[in-house]
Amino acid sequence: MRIITTGVAGTMESSDIIVTVEPRAEEGVELTLSSSVMQQFGRQIEHVIRETLKELGVTAAAVTAVDKGALDCTVRARVSAAALRAAKSAEYTWGTKQ
Amino acid sequence: MLFVPGNNPGMVRDAHIYGSDSIMFDLEDSVSVNEKDAARFLVYNALMSLRYGKKELIVRINDLSSGLGVMDLEAIVRAKPNAIRLPKTETAQDIIDCEREIERIEREAGIEVGSTKMVAAIESALGVLNAYSIATASKRLVAVALGAEDYVTDLKTTRSDGTELFFARCMILNAARAAGIDAIDTVYSDVNNEEGFIAEATLIKKLGFDGKSVINPRQIPPLHEVFMPSEKDLEKAQAIVQALEEAKKRGSGVASLNGKMIDRPVALRAQHMIELAAAGSFVPVEEV
Repeated sequence: MRIITTGVAGTMESSDIIVTVEPRAEEGVELTLSSSVMQQFGRQIEHVIRETLKELGVTAAAVTAVDKGALDCTVRARVSAAALRAAKSAEYTWGTKQ
Repeated sequence: MLFVPGNNPGMVRDAHIYGSDSIMFDLEDSVSVNEKDAARFLVYNALMSLRYGKKELIVRINDLSSGLGVMDLEAIVRAKPNAIRLPKTETAQDIIDCEREIERIEREAGIEVGSTKMVAAIESALGVLNAYSIATASKRLVAVALGAEDYVTDLKTTRSDGTELFFARCMILNAARAAGIDAIDTVYSDVNNEEGFIAEATLIKKLGFDGKSVINPRQIPPLHEVFMPSEKDLEKAQAIVQALEEAKKRGSGVASLNGKMIDRPVALRAQHMIELAAAGSFVPVEEV
């Protein structure tokens, strides 16, 4: 998935995370993360963001995330929405719950 | 049925802790047009990974004519909620069209065909007049619900003491009963008016509705209180059921209590009351 513009999803409300995905000239994901629970969950949030982008096939992007205590499922949702908006795409492969 | 805005992560996370029987995640009216995709992702991911205990989980999709409804179904059916709520149902064909999409997705995803149930929300004069054909349009339907805000707008009136909803409520209730499914009443929007809420809940219980939609957790305890049978009524119902069981053991086809014969409608009402009391006193201890 190619990032061609700036895509934003989420809010600054408690339990949410606001994610901004922007184009990046070089390969790789450059991530800037701040969180109200950085000490406890910073690494986990970063892991979820990077995994979600990897699943979407995003290989080059600048990502900024401001977390307000979001669960993993919320992080996945916001990263996915921001990335698709940034790719101007509606194509997504929905998995089936087991 | 607790309405939960589908783009609010905090509410989506906590929806199960307030004691409602079911949770309806909303992708329609509570989500602005430019946030539909984000809400779809949020509800989908929540259903895929969060545990809501024994709550019935329902997702209100956007109507199919908007183009968003099918996109909602593509995601949500795969996350296996108990039911899909179709808004603005006006004809049986609306149900048939929605069911066709659900079935297609179930087949593509390897989900048991027919396992995704449906709730039809009736929100217009045409929908009310077609209530029975809507209620019988699919075996997937488990309930029909009244959506009053759109309905009163369609009637060119406003919400007041319930007079304006009397015909719609009776139509929807009778359609549901004739179809053998549940009838769910509309929301009461003035969350600060508990007295008005209780009066409306009392009215719809008397009419025969199975439940009511709520938009604020504060409305759940008073609603349960209205629907819970009194201790006296419950004791009487238990005595009726006990008398029936004793008669059955004796091999007698006829049971009586305090000299009065218990006929079938009395027995059915007693059983329903016991089930209602059991449902109302359920404490969700297994939830995380």
